Amino acid sequence: MPVTSEKIMQRLLLAVAFSALSALLLIAVFIISQGLPFIFRYGFREFLFSSQWNPQAGKFGIFPMVVSTLWVTLGAMAIGAPLGVAGAVFLTEFVPRTVMRIIKPSIELLAGIPSVVYGFIGVMVLAPLIRDHLGGPGLSLLAGSIILGIMILPTIISISIDSIMAVPKSYREGSLALGATVWQTVRMVTLPAARSGIAASIILAMGRAVGETMAVIMVTGNSVKIPGSALEPVRTLTANIALEMGYATGMHRQALFATGVVLFVVIMILNFSASYVMRQRKARR
Amino acid sequence: MEIRENRLEIKDFSLYYHRTKALEEISMDIPEKKVTAIIGPSGCGKSTLLRSINRMNEMIDGVLTEGRILLDAENIYDRSIDVVELRRKVGMVFQRPNPFPKSIYENVAFGVRMGENKQAKGRLEEVVERSLKEAAIWDEVKDRLQRSAMELSGGQQQRVCIARALAVEPEVILMDEPASALDPIATAKIEELIFKLKEKYTIVIVTHNMQQAARVSDQTAFLMLGKLIEYGDTATIFTNPKNKTTEEYITGRFG
Repeated sequence: MPVTSEKIMQRLLLAVAFSALSALLLIAVFIISQGLPFIFRYGFREFLFSSQWNPQAGKFGIFPMVVSTLWVTLGAMAIGAPLGVAGAVFLTEFVPRTVMRIIKPSIELLAGIPSVVYGFIGVMVLAPLIRDHLGGPGLSLLAGSIILGIMILPTIISISIDSIMAVPKSYREGSLALGATVWQTVRMVTLPAARSGIAASIILAMGRAVGETMAVIMVTGNSVKIPGSALEPVRTLTANIALEMGYATGMHRQALFATGVVLFVVIMILNFSASYVMRQRKARR
Repeated sequence: MEIRENRLEIKDFSLYYHRTKALEEISMDIPEKKVTAIIGPSGCGKSTLLRSINRMNEMIDGVLTEGRILLDAENIYDRSIDVVELRRKVGMVFQRPNPFPKSIYENVAFGVRMGENKQAKGRLEEVVERSLKEAAIWDEVKDRLQRSAMELSGGQQQRVCIARALAVEPEVILMDEPASALDPIATAKIEELIFKLKEKYTIVIVTHNMQQAARVSDQTAFLMLGKLIEYGDTATIFTNPKNKTTEEYITGRFG
């Protein structure tokens, strides 16, 4: 009976789709229910803006981690965004399409490499390089930024390529026919027309950088303090949760969940603004 | 060589797309400050021929050319020719109006801003005004130069695109079915404009509309399957074609 089997499949798929959604919902509810009461009890300002993180003494100020996360992310963006956008421009405008069709999937493959592998390369190659040439312990904010900057490349390149390719060919032709060079056309016509997609790719990549844990733990050194320079070790919010969750109990455990709430909110804001920027583009067309 | 100045000559020009021969040994002299129309059934290579004159076909992978196209007695396919320079001399207007998503002013100023003509850059406002006047759209847009060109009607957009091409002071203007996406009134305005523009510019226009070719052009070339079938005075081609195929096409037997 095709009709019955159709119905069964439909129900099944519906159930699967909802299970994914409910998993997301449950995670959100769980983290918030575990973390939010702590934030209210401990004091929002004290929690976010105090530099004292000493779980044994009942001090839970995550400010150093907030600052470190901010710096590591900004550093990653400073490295990854220009490289990624430049890569996307190069692949769309300066090489034959066939070459791009080979290179783009290989770049997307980068996203499939486990983050522990990135971390491993960071520890074995990057950290010693930094230690020997720039000083400091090597495991540092800089190392974290560089590794993350590379890890976000697939996101930026792939989405930027899509949005550059979506720019109507007629814009390019119009510009070239007026005697603009290829580079002028990219700078003055193609990139402005693709800017919302490129901005979205950067915001999504930022979300990825904020949330990345394993590679960051391995290369940043993880000491809890506000970094004085890029060569000092730092601990990010994600690293803090991952490092201490194993043995945390009571207030300490709740404090870690509260850290999770902060991360959750930040990433939600980033994702929403990315999709907002993307929608803007569609509305303009 | 004085006589040859500003002249456009196509000499034994062939174009291959991958292995297919899209244009076969086309030779034609295009007189200056006249309108030359290229007509023919779709897929005959008329747009390809037009785009060969400012080397726009180069954007497509797998295009090879043979033969020469001379502008001011210089082969535009010569290695020494700077394609950017060539496109400033040979402007182009496309089938669908394609203004940039910028203001009307910036659209017209674009070519000048991208170029190296310091003098024109210094008098940018003047250049924009002159070009918009030449394109017969100044009166319609003079109060809203800073508004987006995308807000204009299709016919107005097309005239802004013509103004944009005029701003870089080309010698030749190529028009690829410039009115095919427009309504009859906008089309009439474009045709009127073409008539006026030929006082200053050499115009080559591709059109699928034979009445349009008859109305606006001085010379007509009939192309079929990549070959130049007949080329001559528009009046002769339309009233007394030498070739049987031309006659059949003109009279609407096929196409």
